[in-house]
Amino acid sequence: MNLFYFLGKFYLFIQKVFKKPQSWKWFRKQLLYEINSLGINSLPIVSIISLFTGAVIAIQTAYNTDSPLLPLYTVGLATRDSIILEFSPTIISLILAGKVGSSIASEIGTMRVSEQIDALEIMGINSASYLVLPKILAAVLINPFLIILSMGLGIFGGWAFGVLAGSVTTTEYVYGIQYAFKPFYVSYALVKTFFFAFIVTAIPSFYGYYTSGGALEVGGSSTKAVVYSSIYILLANYILTQLILA
Amino acid sequence: MIEVKNINKSFEGKKVLDDVSVVFEEGKTNLVIGSSGSGKTVLLKCMVALYDIDAGAILYDGRDFTKLEDEQKRSIRKEFGMVFQAGALFDSQTVEENVAFPLEMFSEMSKSEIADRVNFCLNRVNLVNANKLYPSQISGGMKKRVAIARAIALNPRYLFCDEPNSGLDPKTSILIDNLIHEITDEYNITTVVNTHDMNSVLEIGDKIIYLNKGQKWWEGDKNDILDTDNKEINDFVYASELFKRIKKASQ
Repeated sequence: MNLFYFLGKFYLFIQKVFKKPQSWKWFRKQLLYEINSLGINSLPIVSIISLFTGAVIAIQTAYNTDSPLLPLYTVGLATRDSIILEFSPTIISLILAGKVGSSIASEIGTMRVSEQIDALEIMGINSASYLVLPKILAAVLINPFLIILSMGLGIFGGWAFGVLAGSVTTTEYVYGIQYAFKPFYVSYALVKTFFFAFIVTAIPSFYGYYTSGGALEVGGSSTKAVVYSSIYILLANYILTQLILA
Repeated sequence: MIEVKNINKSFEGKKVLDDVSVVFEEGKTNLVIGSSGSGKTVLLKCMVALYDIDAGAILYDGRDFTKLEDEQKRSIRKEFGMVFQAGALFDSQTVEENVAFPLEMFSEMSKSEIADRVNFCLNRVNLVNANKLYPSQISGGMKKRVAIARAIALNPRYLFCDEPNSGLDPKTSILIDNLIHEITDEYNITTVVNTHDMNSVLEIGDKIIYLNKGQKWWEGDKNDILDTDNKEINDFVYASELFKRIKKASQ
């Protein structure tokens, strides 16, 4: 019953969000602000995590494929596929659910409890659309670039640290990342990214928007936002993988 | 003029407003008074449709607000100005951006016209040299004045104030009260002020409605309230030592 209540309420919320903006000038301004806030500000954490995860995948693959039957280019191949298929789209989205999701839920939740959302409504502004639509569109626009960057840095990290550790040579790593490469994997990853970007912004916005009470409840909404958006990302990952790859 | 007709509102089965009917007159500062929990804020939030009412009607100059769809409600809301208890200023915007916000959203004014209007509104509430400050950098009284400036920026027909002088010192409190009263007179708007401050009642109460336990118990003006024989009103008015002494002195 609670699930149906949540789904109904979320559907009505999204219906309210996807309305024509009150002022296109303000919408453009908000969209650029959110692209900077949600996307550009996430560059450092995405870069660091991608670089080191690529490195660890390469070194661990080399360590675990210590068999003469397995060619050394497997290191490049495994790093490429792990990064493109799962790490960059899914794990980076989970990390963004923590970073961006908690910030969205607490920002909107604080606006709710301090009556700033009521003030917008009294002015005749559709507060859900004004606050949430630029966030969703910004994430949907900027997250694919973040994920592509993450793929590049992950694969680069695998090469740089793999070679530094003496686990693989440049020739074999480069051969591995080119071996049996299917460009469709990148499309698959970007389709997932698109859905995850929606989840990472819409779910925290929903929990923030319906916060009631005070500072304690804002904290609660923020926690719920991170937990539920992570669960929905994993669920969507499974469904999309079934639909696209199976 | 705002007509509230037989409205009811309950939260989880508990009746907060019980068959309340009031007429708030144009060009007057209408005060809703009552102790904490009497239903003042709920009445105000029902009037601006932040809460849906369970029964009854609210008419803005004859237009039944309760029967309108969300989009139609929004168009009437553009005629509202509201001052919230804590100001509800947008944290991410400076004082002048807060006041300019409704103008940028709804008017066709040029940048320079908006800047002129913002300065006019801020001067009207006696706030100078604060344009570039953020809400976190100004005092409670200044926040209330910015909220009033924002509320009057678009020349509203209806002004709502929820406890505008709560948490302020007596001097600033009187200043805010007088400002609201002057603006009401000047623009001939319908103003509804929620308060439990007796100084406000005696300063600006053109019309006073006393709410008790979600019901309207009394209606009158600032001249009637000190002489009424209504027990609940007397308990409310003469709760403070100051008013008890005034009453004693006048007898």
